[in-house]
Amino acid sequence: MKWLIRGGRVIDSQNQVDDLMDIYIHQGRIMDLQPVPPKRGTKSLSDYRVIPAEGLVVCPGLIDIHTHLREPGFEYKETILTGTRAAVTGGFTAVACMANTLPVNDNQSVTEYILNKAKEARLAKVFPVGAISAGLKGEALAEYGELKTAGVVALSDDGNPVMNSQLMRRAMEYAQAFDLPIIAHCEDLTLSRPGVMNEGPTSTRLGLHGIPSAAEEIMIYRDIQLCQMTQTPLHIAHISTAGSVQLIREAKKKGLPVSAETAPHHFSLTEEAVIGFDTLAKMNPPLRTKNDLQAIQKGLKDGTIEVIASDHAPQSALEKEVEFDQAAMGIIGLETTLPLTLNLVHRGILTLPQAIAKLTQGPARILNLPGLGRLEPSGPADLTIIDPDLEFQVDIRSFVSKSKNSPFHGWTLKGKAVLTMVEGRVVFNQMAPMVEE
Amino acid sequence: MNFDRHHLLGMEGLTREEIETILTTAESLKEISFRDIKKVPTLRGKTVVNFFHEPSTRTRTSFEIAAKRLSADTVSLSANTSSLVKGETLVDTARNLEAMNPDVIVIRHSMAGAPHLLSRMTKPSIINAGDGMHEHPTQALLDLLTIREKKGRIEGLQVAIIGDIAHSRVARSNIIGLKTMGAEVMVAGPPTMIPPFIESLDVGVTSRIQEAVAWADVIMMLRVQLERQQQMLFPSLREYSRFFGLNLETMNKAKRDVIIMHPGPINRGVEIHPEVADGPYSVILDQVTNGVAVRMALLYLLLGGKKSEMAD
Repeated sequence: MKWLIRGGRVIDSQNQVDDLMDIYIHQGRIMDLQPVPPKRGTKSLSDYRVIPAEGLVVCPGLIDIHTHLREPGFEYKETILTGTRAAVTGGFTAVACMANTLPVNDNQSVTEYILNKAKEARLAKVFPVGAISAGLKGEALAEYGELKTAGVVALSDDGNPVMNSQLMRRAMEYAQAFDLPIIAHCEDLTLSRPGVMNEGPTSTRLGLHGIPSAAEEIMIYRDIQLCQMTQTPLHIAHISTAGSVQLIREAKKKGLPVSAETAPHHFSLTEEAVIGFDTLAKMNPPLRTKNDLQAIQKGLKDGTIEVIASDHAPQSALEKEVEFDQAAMGIIGLETTLPLTLNLVHRGILTLPQAIAKLTQGPARILNLPGLGRLEPSGPADLTIIDPDLEFQVDIRSFVSKSKNSPFHGWTLKGKAVLTMVEGRVVFNQMAPMVEE
Repeated sequence: MNFDRHHLLGMEGLTREEIETILTTAESLKEISFRDIKKVPTLRGKTVVNFFHEPSTRTRTSFEIAAKRLSADTVSLSANTSSLVKGETLVDTARNLEAMNPDVIVIRHSMAGAPHLLSRMTKPSIINAGDGMHEHPTQALLDLLTIREKKGRIEGLQVAIIGDIAHSRVARSNIIGLKTMGAEVMVAGPPTMIPPFIESLDVGVTSRIQEAVAWADVIMMLRVQLERQQQMLFPSLREYSRFFGLNLETMNKAKRDVIIMHPGPINRGVEIHPEVADGPYSVILDQVTNGVAVRMALLYLLLGGKKSEMAD
C-alpha cells in the first residue's frame, strides 16, 4: 500500500520542521517528504491512495511514556487490546506500559507476554517498562539484563515509590550496564499516608487526610541527588507541585541527566475537583492548587517539563463507586491527553510545535526509541493527523477504553486526532469515508 | 419558614435562614419530650432507617427517640449486623435498603463523604449522622440550639473550640454553623491537631488554651482519642491533660458567664477535668436533651410534616 498524505501542516520538532508538506509512504516506511506548493506531478500518483490533509496537522505518531495497560492480571479494567485501541483513538502510536501488573513485569516471561499481546492487537506499539525492584517490593533489584533482552525500555516501580535510598542508588548504578533510564514515582510514603488528596484548604474542609507537596518534593530531591552521584538518566514521573518544577529546573541547570513529565490533569484541574467527594478526582499524585497548576504550565512553557504523559490508569466502577477513602487512585487519559494538551495551545500557553514535541520528541528521546518521534525518509510511517480546531464534547460512553473513569466527561474541547497510522497501517480513522485501507 | 431540602449532608451550604428554621422548629418540638405521653402522630407511616457503620450510642439513640416521638417507624442497622461484614459494598447495601422504601436513611460512617455517595445513588432523604472527619451537622445544630437557649443569641458570641480539631467532624460542622450564624470562632490545641489551612475557614488559632478560654463566651471541648498517640500527634495522655486539658485553674481566667460544652463521650481527666465537667457552667446534658429536639425538627422538616398535625 502506498499513501500520499497531502498538503498537511507537518510539525516535526526533532527536525525543526513546521511546513506544508506532502508525505509519501510505501511499505510501512516514509519514502519522501516534499514541501508544497512547488509542483506536483514529479511522481506518478496513480498508485498512491491520497489522504487529503489540507488544513490539518500531521506530526510524528504520539508516544505515551506512562500508561497502565493492566494486563496481565487486571483484565476487567483494561487489556492490551482495549488499551492500545484507546491509544490509537487518542492519536498515540506507541505507549510505554508500567510494570504494576499481576504478575509484576519484573521478568522476561511477563515482558514477552505483553509484547505478544501487543503484536496480536496490531494497534499501537507497546514498550514495556520493567520493575526496578523484584515484585515492586522495594527490597531487591529485579533482573535488568534479562528484562532488557526481553524488550523493556526503562525501569520503574511506578505506583510504589522506592523508599529505600540504598536500593534506589543501586538500581541507578546497575541500570547503566544496560542503558536503561529510571522512571521515578516520587513519593515519601511515611509523609503521604494515609492521605487521599492534596493537603490544603480543601482537604481541611472535606475532612480528608491530606498529602503534602513535600511528600513529592522530598523524594524528587533525593532522586536528583542520587542522579548526581550516579549520572544515570532519571525521568521523574507525573510531577504535580510548584516545588517539584523548581527542583527539576535547578537540576537541569546543573546539567544533570534529569527529565520530567506531567499529566494533563495536573495542568487542567485543581484540588477543588474533589469537592463533593468525587472519586474521579482521586489520583496519585493528587490534584494540587491553582498555584501549582500555574507553575506546571510555566514549567511546560519554559521546557523544564519536556513530556506530557497520560498516566492512563483504568479503574472499574468497583474501585470508584465507593467511599472516597476506599476508592482507587487514577483516571484514564489516552483519549483526552491530546485534546487537553491542545487546550494549552488554544490558551496561548504553548505553541503547537511545543505541545507536539512533548508528546513525540520528548518521550522518544527519554526512552531511546530510534526512528520514533520524528518524520524522516526511510523511517517508520508512524504518524498522527490532528484537526486542531475540531470541537467536541468528551463523552465517557464513547471511550473505547474498557474503563470510564474520567473527570473530563462533559467538557467541550477543541482539537483531536482524526487519523492514526502505525507503520503505514491506518489504525484509527475519523476522516472516512475517503480514507480506507 | 424556609426549608426545602431533601438531604442534610452537612452544615456547609445551609443558609442562616435555614438554620434558624431548624432551631425554631426544634424549640417548638422540644416540649413534646416533657409531656406525659411523649408522642405525636406527625410522621405516622414514615420509615426511618438508622444505618450506623461506626459505633455510636448517643447519636443513634437520639435519632431513634426523635423518630419515635414523631410516630415514625424506625429500624437500626449497625456495621456488624449488616451485610457489610459479608463484603457487600456500601452502595449495594443502600440500594437494598432503598428497595424497601424507607423515607429517611440516617447514616453514620467512618469515612468522609459516605452520605454524599448514598445521596447520589439512592432516593430516600439522607441525614449525615457523622462522616469520618468531615461533618456532624446534627451535633452542630444541637450545639447552636443550646447556645441560643443559654445565651439568648449566637451572633457576635466568641466561641473557643479546644482539642483535636484536625480529626473532629464536630469542630468542622460547628465552625461552619457558627460562622454562618455570625459568631466568632477560635480553635485551640496542640499544633499537631490543628489542621493545615484552618485559617481559610476564617477562625483564630492558638496553641495556648488559656488564651482561648479567657477570650471565650462559649467553650467547646473535644474528645481526644487514644489512638492519636500512635500517630505521633502527642506524647502521652498525661502531658496532653496537663497542657491542653481544661482544669479549674484554667477556668479561673474564664469569663464569669462562660458555658462549657462537650459532644461526648467525655474522657474524664483527659481533655476535661471532672470538676469542670460537673461544674455550674457545664451544659453538657442540655446538649443531649436538645439533640432529640433538633433531630425531631430535621425529620419533620425533611419529611415535610404538616404543622397542623403537630398541634395535638
